[in-house]
Amino acid sequence: MTARRLLDKLWDAHEILRREDGTSLLWVDRHLVHEGSHHAFAKIAERGLPVAEPGLTFGVADHYAPTRGGPATHAIARMIATLEANTAKHGISCFGLDDPRQGIVHVIGPEQGLTLPGLLINCGDSHTSTHGAFGALAFGIGATEVAHVLATQTVWQKKPKAMRINVTGVLGPGVGAKDLALAWIAKLGADGARGHAIEYTGPAVRSLSMEGRMTLCNLSIEGGGRFGMIAPDETTFAYVKGRPFAPNAEDWDRAVEVWSSLASDADSDFEASVTLDASEIAPIVTWGTTPEDALPVTATVPDPARMTGSAAERARNALDYMGLTAGRALTEIVVDQVFIGSCTNARIEDLRAAAVVLAGRRAKVPGIVSPGSQQVKAQAEAEGLDRIFTEAGLDWVGSGCSMCVAMNGDHVEPGKRCASTTNRNFRGRQGRGSRTHLMSPAMVAAAAVTGHLTDVRELLKEREVA
Amino acid sequence: MSGWTTHTGLAVALDRENVDTDQLIPARFMSTPRSEGYGDFLLHDMRKNSDGTAVSDFPLNKVPNASILVSRRNFGSGSSREAAVYALVDFGISVVIAPSFGDIFASNSVNNGLLPARVAEADAVAAIAKLADGPQEVSVDLSDKTIRLGNTTLEFTLDDVWQQKLINGWDDIDLTHNHKQAIAAFRAQHVQQMPWAIPVQQNDFRSAGRDTVSQ
Repeated sequence: MTARRLLDKLWDAHEILRREDGTSLLWVDRHLVHEGSHHAFAKIAERGLPVAEPGLTFGVADHYAPTRGGPATHAIARMIATLEANTAKHGISCFGLDDPRQGIVHVIGPEQGLTLPGLLINCGDSHTSTHGAFGALAFGIGATEVAHVLATQTVWQKKPKAMRINVTGVLGPGVGAKDLALAWIAKLGADGARGHAIEYTGPAVRSLSMEGRMTLCNLSIEGGGRFGMIAPDETTFAYVKGRPFAPNAEDWDRAVEVWSSLASDADSDFEASVTLDASEIAPIVTWGTTPEDALPVTATVPDPARMTGSAAERARNALDYMGLTAGRALTEIVVDQVFIGSCTNARIEDLRAAAVVLAGRRAKVPGIVSPGSQQVKAQAEAEGLDRIFTEAGLDWVGSGCSMCVAMNGDHVEPGKRCASTTNRNFRGRQGRGSRTHLMSPAMVAAAAVTGHLTDVRELLKEREVA
Repeated sequence: MSGWTTHTGLAVALDRENVDTDQLIPARFMSTPRSEGYGDFLLHDMRKNSDGTAVSDFPLNKVPNASILVSRRNFGSGSSREAAVYALVDFGISVVIAPSFGDIFASNSVNNGLLPARVAEADAVAAIAKLADGPQEVSVDLSDKTIRLGNTTLEFTLDDVWQQKLINGWDDIDLTHNHKQAIAAFRAQHVQQMPWAIPVQQNDFRSAGRDTVSQ
């Protein structure tokens, strides 16, 4: 029998039919909707269609969720009210602003046990690949597709090619999943995985916690991959067990048995394969305007004069936008503020990593820490992490997408520079004219302490001595 | 959505790589109802100064009646926001020509009648060079996947399914409704094999979903 990959197993388990042209109609197990779903609900309303499976659809307010006080504008309040009205109308459970389960959709799905191995999960958000960390087939879709899933609980999709990113070795101290993700994106480019579903394998991936795996899978889209996934194992099962919506005693053993068979067969072939050595990866920061513009923090700002063709032109534009000088050490870049949050890096482990660096220290620049969910917030407060952040001078705020996407009013002012745990350093992503440097939570904490980009390993060393 | 087979219009070059969807439409405009039109938001922060006045030398400002955009690799990368496609379509763009597109953007484009025409990198570079002196009329033919620019003809790559979808203006929901029995049968078997496919607190939904297809 032909060896089957995780992708094949997940695909086959959801394929209702395949047309002659090769497009599959796939069954959707979980459909997560946020405020941006208003276009899709309007589309089904126009046709007078109900939601096919309200029991498999879950709403959450995150993109526009205020993190301090009420909604910043009438338009923002309307977006949240519209989500609540649309979900109520169709009998869909919605985790609204006052629900203790509220948070960023890619944080709360796993947290609530809605995300399980072996499921097909859709959401109108490109970071839906996050859920692939559980061995789920999870991918972001646009509004027309969201309307289609609402109306039919299915999605048309051509099977992507499979790419394996194998990570050998061990990540060094102060180096984490975010650095690993930025390392492969820098190596392959922002479209390096276009048309592919990524499966992350190897000992360095296996040794990541679920939080780390979610960060890694989350960033798949920044390298062009619509899908990112990791075969489930004991780490996965331990995370899922006992979650509110997860299978209980009766189904649990059977589920684990099925989930344990999802891993790619040993002799599987992949259309593309890349290997990285984790031990060679240093803490990474971005310097430009796409996530592929990433370098070890020990490097210097690239010099367009040493590049050729379109790369040189692009680097010149990026440096101009970012206000950087070629050849300067990255650690000389002075930041105006910091942000810790987003679906990439706002889980409890991320907050702990930042707190280790910030404990007993003062931030030289202002910043906000936005936990990924109300549950993460409660957990962090139970551990006293909130006090570490506030004593360092950072603002401890509510949960939502916040300054990652700058939709709720939280934004970076024009020309200001932000060290950020988010996923996109695009022009204007954090607000018009904002300058974003992506890095891990520990690295953002280090930048907060010194006021400039900093190799967190130096601060951790001091910590060990102290 | 109505289909189309050929399109002729003015082409302009946007000589940049990685034109992501955050640039195509900044997030702050996305709470606007579609009925108000998204064309004004297209590439807003590149096209307009912070005081709202137009950046005079920006290609689309010089040729506001352009309907074809030529750009560089990884066009439409990033966020899945379909609003990026709405902004292009509402501005009047019918075709984007580039060496590569973000996967989700390309799919969203086809769902809105916008053609993401993938061409060889060298062809994109040559086309951008030709457009450097000003807009030119370009013809695009979906049936044989060709682009005519001056006296040159370029071939573009497009998935056959998407080609048919654009030509016929197919609507997926209508297509899917033809498969209602297959979907219902799949659901029954899927839930039996994996009872946890229905979340534990949603057991009421285990027996059957609402059958919308016949409604």
